[in-house]
Amino acid sequence: MNLFKLSWKYLTFRPLSTGLNVLLLALGLAIITVLLLIQDQFEKKMTQDAAGIDLVVGAKGSPLQLILSSVYHVDFPTGNIPMNEAVRLSRSRLVKQTIPMALGDNYQGYRIVGTNHDYLSLYEVGFASGKAWEEPFEVVLGAMVAEKSGLKLGDTFTGSHGISVGSHDHDHHDFRVVGVLEPKGNVVDRLVLTSIESVWYTHDEEGESDTDEMASKEDNDQVVESQDQEHGDHDHDAKFHHPVAKSGFPKTDQDREVTTLLVQYRSPMAAVQLPRMINSNTNMQAASPSFEMSRLFELLGVGIQVLEGLAFVLIAISGLGIFIALYNSLKERRYDLAVLRAIGASKFQLLILIFLEGVSLTFFGALLGILLGHGFLSILAAQNEQGIAAGLEAWTFLSAELWIVIYALTVGVLASAIPAWSAYQTSIANQLTRK
Amino acid sequence: MLFQTKDLKFSHPGQKEYHFQDISLDRGESLLVLGKSGSGKTTLLNLIAGLLSPHSGSVVLDGTAINQLDSGKMDRFRGENIGIVFQKPHLLAPLDVKENLMMARYFSNKNGQDADELLQELDLSYKSHSPVNQLSEGEAQRVSIARALINRPKLILADEPTSSLDDENAERVVKLLQGQATKIQAALIIVTHDHRVKEQISNYIEVKSV
Repeated sequence: MNLFKLSWKYLTFRPLSTGLNVLLLALGLAIITVLLLIQDQFEKKMTQDAAGIDLVVGAKGSPLQLILSSVYHVDFPTGNIPMNEAVRLSRSRLVKQTIPMALGDNYQGYRIVGTNHDYLSLYEVGFASGKAWEEPFEVVLGAMVAEKSGLKLGDTFTGSHGISVGSHDHDHHDFRVVGVLEPKGNVVDRLVLTSIESVWYTHDEEGESDTDEMASKEDNDQVVESQDQEHGDHDHDAKFHHPVAKSGFPKTDQDREVTTLLVQYRSPMAAVQLPRMINSNTNMQAASPSFEMSRLFELLGVGIQVLEGLAFVLIAISGLGIFIALYNSLKERRYDLAVLRAIGASKFQLLILIFLEGVSLTFFGALLGILLGHGFLSILAAQNEQGIAAGLEAWTFLSAELWIVIYALTVGVLASAIPAWSAYQTSIANQLTRK
Repeated sequence: MLFQTKDLKFSHPGQKEYHFQDISLDRGESLLVLGKSGSGKTTLLNLIAGLLSPHSGSVVLDGTAINQLDSGKMDRFRGENIGIVFQKPHLLAPLDVKENLMMARYFSNKNGQDADELLQELDLSYKSHSPVNQLSEGEAQRVSIARALINRPKLILADEPTSSLDDENAERVVKLLQGQATKIQAALIIVTHDHRVKEQISNYIEVKSV
């Protein structure tokens, strides 16, 4: 037997009160853990996903929506822009590189992104198997898409219109998987990448076969639609086997559209001039990922503060609960303490005993809290496969979590200070001889 | 002499001073301390156990003047050398029978008696792992005796150990205390007003309020 064992016996001797206090503390700490993890990983992910993208140019609308839809692929796109305007912009001396993107379709909820090979190099993503798309309707799957859908090289599938599951299928031409990307832990994991041409041709066919349906589409502004459906069938089969553009814009003599343009500045000067130029002189809008994201975090900040407040209230209550539990049990245990003294325990050992109880209570609370927090996050990430919480690493541990343990132990020390002191001062002679 | 008190004086705040008769005991000797309630016999026991310190006088156990030890050393000394049996068993409820004994062992840091052997001698081995709140009164009192004896104390103090027991158990408890005191060569002091005990131990002093 030793003091550790003894304090453990006393704790487990009152399982309900001990359990309640541990649980209360754990809940408070779990909230803090989740907030810590989300803040850390979200910001990391946000910056990681937006790395190398200085500016996003797209159709007029909400700038935040533009960023969310074309950098993080979570919100609806704002609409399309004429390709010739996009091409003109890309030739500006302020621009170092542009990556055009055509959005608007999905496969089982995973977004199909028409773009060029520059997008792959932007995220420096390599291939787990296969290679990049060369021809229309060839696609490359993000690691998570491949894993969840079970599609392999050579498999074919049909894309659906819109960006969420349940829209009608484009059943005229199947996509064929030619490559699977390695997992990168960023947005690319949950995308289906293909050429802009693929996206165009998908919608061309749609237009030719059933133009009636076109009219009934409620969100046709989100689709890359070909403006001219009158070009004949004669070049279809041929163009489906032409190599697609691997960099820059696809070559076409038609009035085509793209959804957005990811822009890299040539010089810091561009940050001042380019957005203003685009927003005032063109029908397009420009939005900066870093600016919009900091605006988003500002908006979310209130909610985070409320949660933090709630967490601290829970922790304070659990601290109070532990104090009351120890104090009450001390009343019942004054005889026990006196007996311990009589069989040789020193005052100091009794002090330690009570502290041990409070501190081990909060220590278990802290462990449970951290576990709950990570567990909650893993549920969150599992529930939100295609959303922004996808790919949150639930089981990475931060050094800040050590602070949670330290917070908890401090609560334990504070809550047991008064009971421990009164245990220290128990007069054994009076206690034992009270008949 | 193993144990000696000399000229002990003590008063509780606001009350008249007690002046206690000197005691001296050798190894294996037993002594009854008799007195009415309020006569100060419990105070005497507390002084001997080092739970209270006297205003004047001395308590010497095996060459150590225990009233001169500081609080921490006194606690340790008590754990190692004085076994106390209380009127009520006061066992630690979260622990089982054997753990109660081992707790006393822990605080004294001394290799005393073998716990299992001791429990067997006290006819308790079959209860070794029972929770203490499942013991009968007599059993619980025997466990508290075992706890007092586990460290081979030089002095065994018993405070009204029989008052809540029936005749049979009372006799058994006193026999046990005497037998064990002889076995481990300890001095035994029993504070009581129980006439049943007088029949078993003849050596006694009487505490009177002066």
